[in-house]
Amino acid sequence: MGDRLTKLAISDEGFIFDPETGNSYTTNPTGLLILRMLKEGKGEEEIVKALTEEFGAEEEEARRDLYDFLEQLRAYGLVEGV
Amino acid sequence: MARRYEKPVIHRLHVGHTNKFGFASPYGAKVRKSIDGVPIEELVSRFGSPLFVFSERRLRQKFREVKNAFTLRYPHVELSWSYKTNYLDAIVAILHSEGATAEVVSEFEYEKARRMGIPGSKIIYNGPYKPIDSLRVAVSEGARINIDTFEEIADLERVADEVGKRPKVAIRVNMDTGIYPRWSRFGFNYESGQAWDAVKRIALGGKLDLVGLHCHIGTFILKPEAYEIETRKLVELAYRIEDEFGFKIEYIDVGGGFPSRNRLKGIYLPPEVAVPPIEEYAERITTALLNNLRPGDYPLLILESGRAIVDEAGFLITTVHATKRLPDGRRGYVLDAGVNILFTAFWYHFNVEVDREVSGGAEPCVLYGPLCMNIDVVEDRAHLPPLPRGTRLILSPVGAYNVTQWMQFIRYRPAVVLIGENGEVDLIREAEDISDIVSRERVPERLKPKS
Ligand SMILES: Cc1ncc(COP(=O)(O)O)c(C=O)c1O
Repeated sequence: MGDRLTKLAISDEGFIFDPETGNSYTTNPTGLLILRMLKEGKGEEEIVKALTEEFGAEEEEARRDLYDFLEQLRAYGLVEGV
Repeated sequence: MARRYEKPVIHRLHVGHTNKFGFASPYGAKVRKSIDGVPIEELVSRFGSPLFVFSERRLRQKFREVKNAFTLRYPHVELSWSYKTNYLDAIVAILHSEGATAEVVSEFEYEKARRMGIPGSKIIYNGPYKPIDSLRVAVSEGARINIDTFEEIADLERVADEVGKRPKVAIRVNMDTGIYPRWSRFGFNYESGQAWDAVKRIALGGKLDLVGLHCHIGTFILKPEAYEIETRKLVELAYRIEDEFGFKIEYIDVGGGFPSRNRLKGIYLPPEVAVPPIEEYAERITTALLNNLRPGDYPLLILESGRAIVDEAGFLITTVHATKRLPDGRRGYVLDAGVNILFTAFWYHFNVEVDREVSGGAEPCVLYGPLCMNIDVVEDRAHLPPLPRGTRLILSPVGAYNVTQWMQFIRYRPAVVLIGENGEVDLIREAEDISDIVSRERVPERLKPKS
């Protein structure tokens, strides 16, 4: 998922700081979980599983939303596009 | 599984940067679970989505508000319903029951008013194109005809001879009231002397009785002062006509054009601030009358207000079908209702309400319709939390011009329902099906599909 992500400072409240650009972001609890898992190098299946287990999401919706979240990260340049 | 699922979102923080959308609160969308007490979900489960919903209570209330604003200030007032704004039978029936006459601009609208039980004498016939057959009917039935062109004067004289009647007519006048754009293509121009030429032409013909003056300065006019100028100019013209030609001007029709509480594109103030109350318009018009009329003379004041009366009585329920992230980072939604049934989306930013509480911060998003056409954008700067598929959005005000200017294009037009004053819900226009579209088509024998 690239270096950029691993350098982000992420607080428990969902506050994110990007030391490279000085930009800051906020995210919600599901976003926080995804970011943490991405930083740890976890893959799609594991993240979807975590969203369903920890938040009770439907698998299909969680997968759809994960794709969408990745697109948001790409739009902000926090992860690289394909 | 302790925590509630919420769609994952991430927002960039802008230091010292206020919400560039100006109006939408960045957190939490406006929630509307019902219309006049009827739950959104009940409406959709009975009649489908998308669905136009009209409120009889709001419609009657608004009509009375407009009517009272004028009748409290002037003794002789008629409200004539602008059919083109909304000519659904049930809607015009409500307005006629409140005492509105009919203002029509085609033989089709004329026929529609007649079949609703409105006699010719209570119809005002406007418009630049009045086929001669329709003038024959209108003259025979005693309709009030507001003449738009010199050709129409000649046509009416011909009809007068044929029918053996002296038609009562008015001329439509256009003028400078400080409003842009100026609707100078309709009727006869005031400043250039064209209107005066039309009066002379009518007097010369000797077959028509000029009994009124008409003007409609435009639509969604945010300057009440324009109506004061309009009214004063019409009164001055009326007395000049009376003094020089001996016609009695019995009515002064100032048209419509009053705004509804909608958010016009390009106007950043909320409608509660930008749109003057109807009383201000009434005050300007009636003051201009009372200051310029001769003692004891109270010609009939006619108003043809359309959108100010019906816009806020109409809602459109639509459903989120799909979501996609746009390359610029905004979220796009695909709705089941598009611009083919929401003509006014080109002019307005509608009020967008959501049928349920949705958690998550609001983000800029675009609402697309279902048409496979790039122009199908219902709203390009909405600000909403992440909406799950199946969420209903309630768009308003949509009561004016949409259910007349809508078109069957790609999709069927949806049902329209009316919520009565006691909460009863009636279907007032069925959703279309394929028979509505193909019933007038003919396939030559040689092209018929072989079975
Ligand atoms: C002659 C005439 N009268 C009345 C109206 C109604 O206008 P509004 O809906 O702006 O009140 C129109 C609308 O175009 C019109 O052309």
